[in-house]
Amino acid sequence: MFKYLENQLPKLVMAPTAIAMFVCMYGFIAWTVGLSFTKSRMMPQWDFVGLVQYEKLFANPRWMVALDNLWIFTFLFIVISLFLGLMLAIFLDRNVRAEGALRTIYLYPMAISFVVTGTAWKWILNPGLGIEKLVRDLGFSDFEFRWLVDQDMAIYTIVIAAVWQSSGFVMAMFLAGLRGIDDSLIKAAQIDGASTMRTYWHIILPMMKPVFFGAIVVLSHIAIKSFDLVQALTGGGPGYASDLPANFMYTFAFSRAQMGVGAASAVIMLCGVLAILVPYLYSELRSDKQ
Amino acid sequence: MSTINQRLGRTLIYTLLIGFALIYLAPLYVMLVTSLKDIEEIRSGNLIALPEHLNFSAWSKAWNSACTGSECEGLAPYFWNSVRIVIPAVMLSTIIGACNGYVLAQWQFKGSNMLFGALLFGCFIPFQVILLPMAKLLAWLGLANTVVGLVGVHVVYGITFTTLFFRNYYVAIPNELVRAARLDGAGFFAIFWRIFLPMSTPIFVVTVIWQFTQIWNDFLFGVVYSGPGTQPITVALNNLVNTSVGGKEYNVDMAAAIIAALPTLLVYLVAGKYFVRGLTAGAVKG
Repeated sequence: MFKYLENQLPKLVMAPTAIAMFVCMYGFIAWTVGLSFTKSRMMPQWDFVGLVQYEKLFANPRWMVALDNLWIFTFLFIVISLFLGLMLAIFLDRNVRAEGALRTIYLYPMAISFVVTGTAWKWILNPGLGIEKLVRDLGFSDFEFRWLVDQDMAIYTIVIAAVWQSSGFVMAMFLAGLRGIDDSLIKAAQIDGASTMRTYWHIILPMMKPVFFGAIVVLSHIAIKSFDLVQALTGGGPGYASDLPANFMYTFAFSRAQMGVGAASAVIMLCGVLAILVPYLYSELRSDKQ
Repeated sequence: MSTINQRLGRTLIYTLLIGFALIYLAPLYVMLVTSLKDIEEIRSGNLIALPEHLNFSAWSKAWNSACTGSECEGLAPYFWNSVRIVIPAVMLSTIIGACNGYVLAQWQFKGSNMLFGALLFGCFIPFQVILLPMAKLLAWLGLANTVVGLVGVHVVYGITFTTLFFRNYYVAIPNELVRAARLDGAGFFAIFWRIFLPMSTPIFVVTVIWQFTQIWNDFLFGVVYSGPGTQPITVALNNLVNTSVGGKEYNVDMAAAIIAALPTLLVYLVAGKYFVRGLTAGAVKG
């Protein structure tokens, strides 16, 4: 009897986690998916109405703005962060002095919450007293910088703040990747007469493929989840011009008592994450087996 | 010729690296100088000008008396709310993660790999998809708007990461160790306690820092699951900035933002190495 219990210990230890996981992750996802097929508003109710909520969702101009914003934001956020991160990593990797201090500086924004980042940039970018005034004081008295209150430009302020926060992290990933490269390879290329530029372009960058892949997955994941930064920096405004799907979901599910629409938008977000994640995990698992 | 080129290249590299360092530092600098000015000086001067006198009144107002919505007690009560949420949530999720990781790496049973895969998926789900049912569950348990409820939510969705960290750390330890210890008659817990825990300090540090940063910086769970008396500091900061009674006080906003950022910044400065390790472990592998 004692022996039996002893053998079951590993399973017993895992049991609470397993239960919590099946209820609070998979159960809850099923619950939300189910709810998105009902006409729930204030309270959940379980008469199924098919895809009505999804039709409502995609007929909602606010959701379409949020989706458009997500593409713009994700694309620019990833491209700029990758570029900056890679550039800083390559330069840092060239035996510079005070590398540690520089690394610390590039990476510290990652320790700060998006709410603090949003608050800081809201002040820096504010039209009256922020960057606009700074540049005007330098003598350019006609200078205008009003992206924060401009319907068409507000989403780009979110890109700026998000890049500031996350590009240092991309730098760290690339730097780790560069440090993993065998030095003799680079030396061999240089003995063959390849210039530094060519060495990087033809030999080192192709070897960084897994890092690119990993960084893109992480960054797009941050992008889809982005909620607090928008909330703190623009509040989704002006109007709803800088809403992202996560803010849309929060507004409709919790402030507007439109549970069904909120649930449907959450399910679409999950599908977005899966679309990125499944191919990635598939390729990771395959390379693990080889 | 080549030495001139080389020197030019070096200069370019240093210029760019230092230039970017200044850009990355600028927001922190702007926050700091703004928090030390009075409103008059903010209106007449510009973003980067140093304050004429050091004026800490914005700091004491942000801490003691600034309005966060209808309450005007400053950030202090919310700072302590965050502390009361973070400490138990970090401890519980780390301990559970350590036990889980130990089982998944060294005591595999039928289906344990599947379980790990299913758990890993939790690192990725957008939390929007669980927000509504979790709110129902908390209400049903009578834990809506309580610190206990928030701790629970952070623990449940934190153990995916902590388990991943510990599992990946323990999986590198050869299985023979456990087998030999069992032959000597040591049991499940004895092996964990006497062999695995003593060599786990680095991964404990990484995990605690990761969880501390995640939970301290959380806004989504805080804004959805907390009530008037239990809001964490991120939510209070956002309320403070968006409460405009009698004109905007940017200096108070900035002091408040720095207060909210200080704990995680300090952890980063003291233990940056472990912080980065957690980031890359959690991000690349998870």
